[in-house]
Amino acid sequence: MSAPLLSIEDLRVSFPTPKGRIEVVKGVTFDLGRERLGIVGESGSGKSMTGRAILRLIRPPGVVTASRMQFDGMDLMALSEADMRALRGARISMIMQDPKFSLNPVMTVGRQIGEALRAHERLPRAAIRARVIEMLNAVRINDPERVAKMYPHEVSGGMGQRVMIAMMLIPKPSLLIADEPTSALDVSVQAQVLDLIDDLVRETGMGLLLISHDLNLVARYCDRILVMNAGEVVESCAARDLHAASHPYTKGLLAAVPQMHETRDVLPVLDRSAWGGTGT
Amino acid sequence: MAIADNSTDGSLHGVMRFVRSLAGFVVVVALTFLGLLAITFFIGRVVPIDPVLSVVGDRATQEQYDAAKIAMGLDRPLIVQFFSYVGNVLGGDLGQSVSTNRAVAADLVRVFPATLELATLGIIIGVLLGVPMGVAAAVYQGRAADQIIRVLALLGYSVPAFWLGLVGLAVFYAGLGWVAGPGRIDIFYDGIVPPVTGLLLIDSLIAGDTDIFFNALDHIALPAVILGFFSLAYIARMTRSFMLDQLGQEYVTTARVKGVAEWRVIWVHAFAPIRVPLITVIGLSYAGLLEGSVMIETVFSWPGIGNYLTVALLNADMNAVLGATLVIGSVFIFINKISDVLYRILDPRSRS
Amino acid sequence: MISRDWLLDTSPTSRLQANAGRAYIAAGQLLRNPLAVIGGIIILLLILTAAFAPWIAPESPVGQNLQNRLLPPSASHWMGTDELGRDIFSRVIYGSRITLMIVALVAVISAPLGLIIGAVSGYFGGWIDRIIMGVTDVFLSMPKLILALAFVAALGPGIENAIIAIAITAWPAYARIARAETMTFCNSEFIAATRLLGASHMRVITRHVLPLCVSSMIVRVTLDMAGIILTAAGLGFLGLGAQPPLPEWGAMISRGRTFILDQWWVATMPGFAIILVSLGFCFLGDGLRDVLDPKQSGKS
Repeated sequence: MSAPLLSIEDLRVSFPTPKGRIEVVKGVTFDLGRERLGIVGESGSGKSMTGRAILRLIRPPGVVTASRMQFDGMDLMALSEADMRALRGARISMIMQDPKFSLNPVMTVGRQIGEALRAHERLPRAAIRARVIEMLNAVRINDPERVAKMYPHEVSGGMGQRVMIAMMLIPKPSLLIADEPTSALDVSVQAQVLDLIDDLVRETGMGLLLISHDLNLVARYCDRILVMNAGEVVESCAARDLHAASHPYTKGLLAAVPQMHETRDVLPVLDRSAWGGTGT
Repeated sequence: MAIADNSTDGSLHGVMRFVRSLAGFVVVVALTFLGLLAITFFIGRVVPIDPVLSVVGDRATQEQYDAAKIAMGLDRPLIVQFFSYVGNVLGGDLGQSVSTNRAVAADLVRVFPATLELATLGIIIGVLLGVPMGVAAAVYQGRAADQIIRVLALLGYSVPAFWLGLVGLAVFYAGLGWVAGPGRIDIFYDGIVPPVTGLLLIDSLIAGDTDIFFNALDHIALPAVILGFFSLAYIARMTRSFMLDQLGQEYVTTARVKGVAEWRVIWVHAFAPIRVPLITVIGLSYAGLLEGSVMIETVFSWPGIGNYLTVALLNADMNAVLGATLVIGSVFIFINKISDVLYRILDPRSRS
Repeated sequence: MISRDWLLDTSPTSRLQANAGRAYIAAGQLLRNPLAVIGGIIILLLILTAAFAPWIAPESPVGQNLQNRLLPPSASHWMGTDELGRDIFSRVIYGSRITLMIVALVAVISAPLGLIIGAVSGYFGGWIDRIIMGVTDVFLSMPKLILALAFVAALGPGIENAIIAIAITAWPAYARIARAETMTFCNSEFIAATRLLGASHMRVITRHVLPLCVSSMIVRVTLDMAGIILTAAGLGFLGLGAQPPLPEWGAMISRGRTFILDQWWVATMPGFAIILVSLGFCFLGDGLRDVLDPKQSGKS
């Protein structure tokens, strides 16, 4: 791979606690081209913090350090807050987890999507409206005119997440981070939303960083997978090679996934002593 | 505008809900008001001063005493007395004031505008300063600005209003001469402007008399600023806490992810959702100022309802005390409940 | 045995360890909050001053000396003298006893009253809850100071009546908190488990529900102290609270009102005492809330 889109080396995120600073991300390193990269791990493994650190969204007292964090030739750690703002949304965007909390409850859906565009481009109102409707169509929402006038509490979870996707893709970013984009949704709509993200990513040739706790899902929608545990990357492999994973943690995770035609009496749980994990 | 956006579908349903919540509101207000009446009635009954004796005098015979007692209706069962009391109050009869020799209701109507004027100016000052201060404190949480605003707000909870009034008079009136002294207006201006609204600042403008306007402004400035300080303390504190809550919300992060400018993140995304709870806070604070004006009016000899109340207290003029308590209590209840209802009407989340 | 690690263990092995650990963390957080520390010191000073008033005060709080009328603050009279030649500093010192007594009595009367009423209301629910909360609502939507004024007007001026009047207006807020806390706990599994074990309503309320309400109650009472002090001082200022010659701070300000333009110290000095003590309670209450009740942090 020649110059990757995103290149991260030794990323660390820490927060203060009564016992002193605790690192939740401990030296993560990876490159991401125009491909689909998945980060898998349990809750608390630091995967979401990694996503937020890339957008420099960790607020004090959290501290982020990295020996390199480059996006498209720019050093993300050195950018001014204003430059960073110009980058967010326009170049790197992030789909948040739960539309119930991540959409502003007192602003109509249309305004929220339009705002993402207005933050980066000066366009007449009519043009913004047209783009919003077009985008709502693109995320397969029927009757976009009506939905645009609705408040977030009036739309379902699946539709809310599509609104979120529309909002994050409307300025046409080149890297999309999806942080557990479907874990708050009903199982029945999870696949629809992921297929939608997948289609849009392929159409536009964006890079995708899919963060999830679901191994199967990541294996299905990504080209490459990083497995994170306790703030560290323990495994990095191509999605199709996942079954041949070498790290005991990954093996444990794989073993804990129930099969359709189950023959085991008891699902194994993770034996954390195998890799000397800290386990909380 | 936001309301109109949403009334496209299910409008009949919405109307029904509105009617129902309005009915609920009326019932709650009526019950609370009845509770207030019960309290003032109870207080009126436990007064150690025998109301009959105060009418007939110490040297009355037993027959005269009994006759007066029956004439005053005090021989009837308590519950009957209570309902006749409620009837009287609803009919606008709050009894006769011993000290002014006038009907208490008429007295209250006369003094109320002065209090209204003072409290309104106070709340305007409190909102204009308190809201931005609260937002600033939340945005700069833990920094110097936050600490200063926090201490200032806590001072608002710790300084006696009457003391601040006295010190204010000593410093700004007697010491520096920046403001006029106690009272609502200089004596030689008194009674010149024809009362239209009862609010001197407005009446003088209606009459086109700028001299009186500025004189009234000179008089109201200090008490209004002091009242404003107390509402500022409360409003800033609540604004800060609401904003801290908002700034931690996911949708504020979403706005940042979109690359929205920080001022927009603060004022549009974080602040917009708290406008509605803030209305409740401002309402409560306004009601609180009516109460706070009791002390301030006493110190500034401001001829409002608070001053009326304290003068009545010192003269053991129970009808006047209870009347003033009723009026302040009623306004307090009303503002309280209104802000509660506004909350429900204005928040789009509660409209589904 | 009692090491820092033992206290900070995230998986305590005994109830003692859990409680000790929590107290340790809370104390640590409290001590790291400068305002809370200042508040605590002020309250401690108030208590010490009240306890040792006769030893601290240079003069008697009531002894008159008309030759020394209205002297400005000086080395011999730190806060000057009042219109009867009494040393204001000594009176302020003795006044701390009255203030401490008022806040302590109001807290002792109204907090347990509100706690029990609220817990009963929230625990049983139904019509009991509706009636109690109806009454509470009426009291809560009433202006406290005005209500206290009216009560004192009816009961007659005096410090005891002032305390009763303030306590009457203070309990509903505590009942509200206790009810809300109780309702959240009542639906929790451990209360259901206790009931299943055969515990009586009385036992569940006193042993399981009330202790859980205590921390938010302490926070609330501490925060309310400033308001109670101000109300008591206000009653004193209007001549309805403590009666002369008692050195109550509000009443002292009231006496000094006549001299505010020329002998400013008579009215001003007791005011500083009120502010200092109220502020102390506010600081401490704020700090306690951040530590014990982080959800409520920053709210009124």
